[in-house]
Amino acid sequence: MPSFVIKEKCDGCKGGDKTACMYICPNDLMVLEPNEMKAYNQEPDQCWECFSCVKICPTQAIEVRGYSDFVPLGSSIMPMLGTEDVMWTCKFRNGTIKRFKFPIRTTPEGKANAYPNLKGKDLSTGLLSTEEADGYNLPRPKATA
Amino acid sequence: MALPNKPKGELKAVKNPEVEEREVDILIVGGGMAACGAAFEVKKWAPADAKILLCDKAALERSGAVAQGLSAINTYVGKENTPDDYVKMVRNDLMGIVREDLIFDLGCHVDDSVHLFEEWGLPIWKKSADNKNLDGKKGQSVGTLKSGAKPVRTGKWQIMINGESYKRIVAEAAKLALGEANILERCFIVELLNDANDPKRIAGAVGFSVRENKVYIIKCKTAMVACGGAVNIYQPRSVGEGKGRAWYPVWNAGSTYTMALRAGAELSMMENRFTPARFKDGYGPVGAWFLLFKAKTLNGLGENFAASDAAKKELQRYAPYGTAAITPTCLRNHLMLFEMKEGRGPIIMDTVSALAELGKTMDKKELKHLESEAWEDFLDMTCGQANLWCAQNCEPEKKNSEVMPTEPYLLGSHSGCCGIWTSGPDYDWVPDSYKIKVNGKVYNRMTTVVGLFTSGDGVGCSGHKFSSGSHAEGRMVAKSMVQFLKDNAGFSPKLKQSKDELVNLVYKPVRTYLEHAPYTTADDINPNYIKPNGMMYRMMKATHEYGAGTATYYMTSSKNLEVVIELLEIMREDCEKMAAGDLHELMRAWEIYHRLYTVEAHLRHIQFRKETRYPGFYYQADHPGQDDKNWFCFTNSSYDRATNKWTLKKVDYHKIIPD
Repeated sequence: MPSFVIKEKCDGCKGGDKTACMYICPNDLMVLEPNEMKAYNQEPDQCWECFSCVKICPTQAIEVRGYSDFVPLGSSIMPMLGTEDVMWTCKFRNGTIKRFKFPIRTTPEGKANAYPNLKGKDLSTGLLSTEEADGYNLPRPKATA
Repeated sequence: MALPNKPKGELKAVKNPEVEEREVDILIVGGGMAACGAAFEVKKWAPADAKILLCDKAALERSGAVAQGLSAINTYVGKENTPDDYVKMVRNDLMGIVREDLIFDLGCHVDDSVHLFEEWGLPIWKKSADNKNLDGKKGQSVGTLKSGAKPVRTGKWQIMINGESYKRIVAEAAKLALGEANILERCFIVELLNDANDPKRIAGAVGFSVRENKVYIIKCKTAMVACGGAVNIYQPRSVGEGKGRAWYPVWNAGSTYTMALRAGAELSMMENRFTPARFKDGYGPVGAWFLLFKAKTLNGLGENFAASDAAKKELQRYAPYGTAAITPTCLRNHLMLFEMKEGRGPIIMDTVSALAELGKTMDKKELKHLESEAWEDFLDMTCGQANLWCAQNCEPEKKNSEVMPTEPYLLGSHSGCCGIWTSGPDYDWVPDSYKIKVNGKVYNRMTTVVGLFTSGDGVGCSGHKFSSGSHAEGRMVAKSMVQFLKDNAGFSPKLKQSKDELVNLVYKPVRTYLEHAPYTTADDINPNYIKPNGMMYRMMKATHEYGAGTATYYMTSSKNLEVVIELLEIMREDCEKMAAGDLHELMRAWEIYHRLYTVEAHLRHIQFRKETRYPGFYYQADHPGQDDKNWFCFTNSSYDRATNKWTLKKVDYHKIIPD
């Protein structure tokens, strides 16, 4: 289901320090055409439909059209990624619309605890740093064959 | 017609790229769950002045298999299971031959990573006091898993999550822990380099930027290679735009296996593959439908074929695995293929009956929630399947969906176990033959190349790690690498190749293109070179037809294997003439190169193992069925890049955990 860019909505992220879709695509598909300052998907048949570009686009210029080799026309699914939830609008070919909202994270963005001050003590054991700090007892097989 | 010939991509490649040379202590190649685990853990153990670098082909925030998100964490041991149980489950699913030391060891650590994910902000479903399912946000009210709250299990090992941002959260912690200055994104490492004075030792790696004309030459004392499994090595069922709709991430190019193999590492159980049965074409997950919604699959006649007497009889042929309480994944495929070949397809997931049955005991609100859960299962991890349902006007409570086994994939972290042979941990219960030592000291998850480690999809013989286990394993490796670094502090890496030789190696496809492109009037058609796209189709056609692809219902034979291996050898020769005009195409050139070695290793392993260990995943027609007497062992392969010689051998299996 390749992503496509709506020409009118794409401004090439000219206000930002990087082209968002180009930055994020895991498969290096989204590129900026520098003269027009518009992005496009350079290899639609390698698109995993992961929606990373759709979710990150600051102008909602990117959508997805189902793979031509097996998806009938007329449907769409669109995410709106917030800081705590994602809202999906799923439009059926027959016009039915379903909306879903799911949580995406429970902490503020940028606040994951990376334990910056935690230092492991005993390098010789099999314990990971947080396990060591917790006093975890490493199990051993209950019985061996 | 676009005359004169010019590269298609926006970022044109030049003949002489800039070169950046670096020297670090620890190099992490990859950016997925395993690499993020290593990035989180490594500085907790490394000396303050240690230089560490992580190179990711993409952007850490959305790279690897979890880029899109996940709707479940498939391995969480919890209080209700033990690592011993975990070993038994994995062993049975993978038909007996697994590294029980690696699996047990992983089972001891995986929960710690899951607890971190939750602390970092991943919403994990919980059971309420009255045993109702709470989503990850509401579930916070009953506390964390670490504090004893109960997860929502679907089966014995999975727990449900709201995982759209799973990778973003994990990557955030990795970046904060390692420091952005120590991470190179869009840097594709393509070849690992041995030490000039010791060809069995790792000394560095070489790669290039996918964003600018720059080659990176990196020297290191120790490295971890963890860039996922191998996808699109066989012709996929969808060959147009849908080629991208691979079940596993389409950008996984076998780089892990090929780079390790070429550096001298032994691969193990490369004959193992995974051909998951998934919703047809969209490849949406079926796990929640089987386990959470209790749906059944029917054949074209509407029969629950898996419960038939014929199926039970068929499974008895593969005892004890076939008769175990949980039928191994390959044998479930085997039963499905049996129906399809007998003309009793298509195979249908009976979502309508399943939801109707669940609806009998639910009120309207609960039913609405159930519908939402079914859609979230797709929207969190396989968005395209949700769109396919929309396009087909398919509401699962009203219309059933078809299920189909996919094209073959190679991986070591999901329900497969191919990969690199590594050391187990240095515990007294681990057999000595599972330990790889340097100067008498064991380094957990080190490959047979001194100082080279792997994790996640890279570690062979140890499947069912999934996302959480891969993260934990990356962390385990981080500690091992620091141990190695400390014990080898005096080692100074020295590369055999000159700077020019390395640049020429990496940029050869560009130089070939620039030299020959003006000769013809069509950029892709030129007798002096082949484009990566053409090579991809050539590989897919050969493996599809001869190498147990979907064309033959996964059947191959000794003669077919001979043919396909010869074809692959010629393709690898022709890779010398691969051409790339822009940086994106250069990435594709190296990816196809990696895929070719990986799939050749796969087929050479199938050829070497004279039995059919995984019926349902592949069949060797000349050696049908399992031969425990002769083949209850690992098979390891190695490759000499100087002589282009492959060597395969048997390696003893040890049973550690009793039945």
